[in-house]
Amino acid sequence: MGNIWTITKRELRGYFASPVAFVFIVIFLLLAGFFTFMIAQFFKVGQATLSQTSYSPMFFGWHPWLYLFLVPAVGMRMWSEERRLGTIELLLTMPITPWQAILGKFLASWAVVAIALALTFPVWITVNYLGNPDNGVIVGGYIGSLLMAGAYLSITAMTSAMTRNQVVAFIVAVVISLFLILAGFPPVTDMLVTWAQPWIVDLIAAFSVMTHFESIQKGVLDSRDILYFVSVMAFCLFTTSTIIRAHRAG
Amino acid sequence: MIQVRDLKKNFGPKAAVNGVSFTVERGEVLGFLGPNGAGKSTTMRMITGFIPPTEGSIKIGDHDMLENPLPAKRLIGYLPENAPSYTDMTVAGFLGFTAELRGMSGDAKKKAVERVIEMCFLENVRHQSVDTLSKGYRHRTCFAQSIIHDPDVLVLDEPTDGLDPNQKHEVRTLIRRMGEKKAIIFSTHILEEVEAVCSRAVIIDRGKIVANGTPRDLKMRAPTAGAVLVQFTDGNGADVAQKVGALPGIDRAEVVGERPLTVRAYPHKRSASEDTARAINELAAKERWPLQQLHVEEGRLDEVFRSITLPDTKKEATK
Ligand SMILES: Nc1ncnc2c1ncn2[C@@H]1O[C@H](COP(=O)(O)OP(=O)(O)OP(=O)(O)O)[C@@H](O)[C@H]1O
Ligand SMILES: [Mg+2]
Repeated sequence: MGNIWTITKRELRGYFASPVAFVFIVIFLLLAGFFTFMIAQFFKVGQATLSQTSYSPMFFGWHPWLYLFLVPAVGMRMWSEERRLGTIELLLTMPITPWQAILGKFLASWAVVAIALALTFPVWITVNYLGNPDNGVIVGGYIGSLLMAGAYLSITAMTSAMTRNQVVAFIVAVVISLFLILAGFPPVTDMLVTWAQPWIVDLIAAFSVMTHFESIQKGVLDSRDILYFVSVMAFCLFTTSTIIRAHRAG
Repeated sequence: MIQVRDLKKNFGPKAAVNGVSFTVERGEVLGFLGPNGAGKSTTMRMITGFIPPTEGSIKIGDHDMLENPLPAKRLIGYLPENAPSYTDMTVAGFLGFTAELRGMSGDAKKKAVERVIEMCFLENVRHQSVDTLSKGYRHRTCFAQSIIHDPDVLVLDEPTDGLDPNQKHEVRTLIRRMGEKKAIIFSTHILEEVEAVCSRAVIIDRGKIVANGTPRDLKMRAPTAGAVLVQFTDGNGADVAQKVGALPGIDRAEVVGERPLTVRAYPHKRSASEDTARAINELAAKERWPLQQLHVEEGRLDEVFRSITLPDTKKEATK
């Protein structure tokens, strides 16, 4: 536990010593604001809820897309940088387990996203000022959004363990995440049903972050959805440890 | 403290390390020599638990590195090749981080950081970002990291690489001093370093140990070890060489330099070097050659190294 925290602290310092964290937070806030207020015409939808009303994506509705590019940008350095600098050799010859290193790094990057997400609180205040939103739904939206970011980050952890090149790690992570979005993206599933059995479409959609994020942000905190995000993280981090072990073995 | 048995490492079909065994006890400094790509770094990476061996066993103290890595790793301080460090940290920050990973906190951590900053002369860069350090300082920072917990076992991959002559000297002194109480293994391409620091040296070539002994023993293997070198201020080279070569007990003599005229005489047996030297001295007195100096050669490590690791001279050396 102590070792995980030591590594998380170091990584967080690293994020804030380089512009990565600031750039991410600023861009995230700008884009989240832009999409919410400009495109969804937040102010014109008389009733202020932070969640989706039918298919008009409001605040949280944009998050799967925002994260698609922003989260891999945060996570891409996680292991690539370690390999590029050779510090992985230092880190893994310390008296710590590889799992402590993997978790410590993962938690640090997750914390960066969490900070960005937390900084959207003015939006929350605004909607409470403008109307009478269901705050339970909003809290659910935040939890779902954080879980989704964690899932994307674990994918990025995995891709960054594969290569010393951050750009490659970024691109591969974006592609995998895009698949996870599209598998349950209504326009895509609508198209799929014209070719395939509905149960196949449902099965594919069950692997999508969209399917699970949607119900959470509607305020339904279903344990299955939470389980989905946790499983994605567990699976990807486990794969990360396998990749690192294979890389060490040569 | 370090016990390595039949260590093997294959990268694909290629054997980088092919059956290496040795032990290093407390109070020993083992020098690791070998041409580029011989497998020195790979062996060290296995000893420190970074890469798993294909075959073989590694024991650090009483702990098996493969079965029980954490206690084994606790005993080791490691300076990897090229001295990696986190470029986004300051020197003190980086050292503090490694101290924490070594289980120190609070005052103990502060003291440990201060100690290595002083030992490695990092005082004036302590708040500088590793990013902006010169290569030598970066190297010293990583070296400082390896001794922060005062480990029993030190594994140093080219610890003096990139240091200026003064720093090289300091680091050698430090290694020798620490070697009295620790088990140290370090690799280098600087052969004088081996003589200055090591109590024992191992030469490794293409994944195998090809020589193992004290620097003195190794030097004895040089082709010129035991030969007698004579210098005259003046004289006829061919004539001198011919007459010296004709002395009893001498295999052959050759001119190795003019002005001053230098002749090297190889005795039949190395143990007879002293007698040979005396005979040459007497001959010089009789012939009235202007003798300048005369000594028995110890052999040079670079000659040994070359004769052992260069493929074309290999046969000659083992003859
Ligand atoms: N991860 C790896 N994958 C494939 N081959 C490798 C790997 N690491 C090392 N090798 C190979 O193993 C051999 C031994 O390399 P090693 O780095 O141990 O040499 P070295 O003795 O340290 O050389 P140098 O003096 O140049 O540092 C080399 O031929 C190298 O190419
Ligand atoms: Mg090497």
